[in-house]
Amino acid sequence: MDFGKTWNEVLDRVKTWARLNSPWVIHFNSGSCNGCDIEILATLTPRYDVERFGIKLQGSPRHADVLICTGPVTLQARDRLLRVYEQMPEPKFVIAVGSCAISGGAFQGCYNVVGHVDEVIPVDVYVPGCPPRPEAIIDGVVKLLGKLQPAKQPPQEEIV
Amino acid sequence: MSEAVVQDKKRFVVPIGPQHPALKEPGHFEFTVDGEIVTGATVRLGYAHRGIEKAVESRNWTQSLYLLERICGICSHVHAMTYCLGVEKLAGAEVPPRAQAIRVLVAELERVHSHLLWLGVAAHEAGFDTLFMYSWRDRETVMDLLESFTGNRVNYSANILGGVKCDVTPDLASAILKGVDFLEERSRHYLNVVTTDEVFLQRTRGVGTMSKEVAERLGVVGPTARASGVARDIRIEAPYAAYADFPVQIVLAEAGDLEARFVVRIKELFESYRLIHEVIDKLPPGELQTRMPRKIKAGETISRVEAPRGEAFYFIKSNGSDNPERIKVRTPTLCNMGSVVATAVGHQLADMPMILAGIDPCFSCNDRTVAVRDAAGALVTWESLRQRRLAHQENK
Repeated sequence: MDFGKTWNEVLDRVKTWARLNSPWVIHFNSGSCNGCDIEILATLTPRYDVERFGIKLQGSPRHADVLICTGPVTLQARDRLLRVYEQMPEPKFVIAVGSCAISGGAFQGCYNVVGHVDEVIPVDVYVPGCPPRPEAIIDGVVKLLGKLQPAKQPPQEEIV
Repeated sequence: MSEAVVQDKKRFVVPIGPQHPALKEPGHFEFTVDGEIVTGATVRLGYAHRGIEKAVESRNWTQSLYLLERICGICSHVHAMTYCLGVEKLAGAEVPPRAQAIRVLVAELERVHSHLLWLGVAAHEAGFDTLFMYSWRDRETVMDLLESFTGNRVNYSANILGGVKCDVTPDLASAILKGVDFLEERSRHYLNVVTTDEVFLQRTRGVGTMSKEVAERLGVVGPTARASGVARDIRIEAPYAAYADFPVQIVLAEAGDLEARFVVRIKELFESYRLIHEVIDKLPPGELQTRMPRKIKAGETISRVEAPRGEAFYFIKSNGSDNPERIKVRTPTLCNMGSVVATAVGHQLADMPMILAGIDPCFSCNDRTVAVRDAAGALVTWESLRQRRLAHQENK
């Protein structure tokens, strides 16, 4: 739809605001050992509770802003990972969680492993660990949100 | 998620997966439906197949331990323990009793974490998210204990060949006992919820019923089998590690439906709590590890351990070098997968996530093989792979 330049700017600002305050994430396991998956689930549960940042985990790639990938990419899962990524609407972001998703980890050299996630799709944030603690995963998501902030605002101070 | 409904000569096939909202792991299911009623089911596995069994052949005995531990993040201790017990048997090593007791302790803590995790996930499949949140909140207690015990929340690496790495200090022992007492009280509440909540019972009572005969015929293992009245538990049948000194009471149910599986798993939690108390009270003193040779004597052995989901089975073959010659892994989920296909027929499509979750599936465990297809879609045989390799070497 064409609303004219001013309207588009306003709309973009509203969209960015909405995206920052409520990113919906989808999770895809492309051959992980489950360790990262249960830690991602743990971030949703009361002790860590990512929903306080407006983050919601849900099932359909069509609704998602952020794809969280775990595990090395296996031959069988490669096409599915690509398909899930392509189904997501623009703009889309990818977080690679765990050593395997970053570098293949312990599974380097296994015959059915294609490689790590960024050999298949572009990755925005890497969260290392085997598996990363839920705090680290939350930190990764918050860093991604910081990256999406409009450039006009002063850069956020890094929390260690 | 592929939700497209495919029509095939009056037969409706609903494909689900490999990415789907119900489970966090990839698996593909095709349900043939007549209206809402499922008339047939097929499972396609192998999305998480990485080729670990082949990869350990090019790693030495110690490196293989860390790779095999990463077969599954939920029952990582079980995989490492099964492997260690087998290799120690091959090498003829005498593992100190304290190390064996600590293995049992970590295994039972892991069972507690796994069953509480399952309770949450299964409740979530039933749409009972309150129970999901509560059980996962309480699960953090045992995750904290495992972390202070071994240094990591998941993939603990408590085992090494010839013993264990971590010791129980008096502080840790009292923390474990305190945590376990808290969990015991909570589990009593959960047992009450899953047996009395009317709405929840509508989703579980009489759903996915499997009789004892069917369970035996399908070779079902673990809590899924015990919920159908099959008395099968490796901890009792063939005690390993220190289970001979710390005997386990078998937990059985007769009904074989989803409710029985909930009850069996929660009652197993009580058994684990009792065992943890007993191990800590009677922890034998002594060394934590014994020295292991770098090369393992030639020979072959099997090793069986009761994982939270059932029997984990390892075949280990050594040719006397510092690499294993062959390791074959059979995991409980693969044995139980047949029961999903068998019990799905006749139920509503909406019950499928519950029936699937009822066996506590772990796809990264069971994806041990993969079907290789060429560009035309034809199945590639072992012989043609061998020919291809020979041709490749000749071209080199």
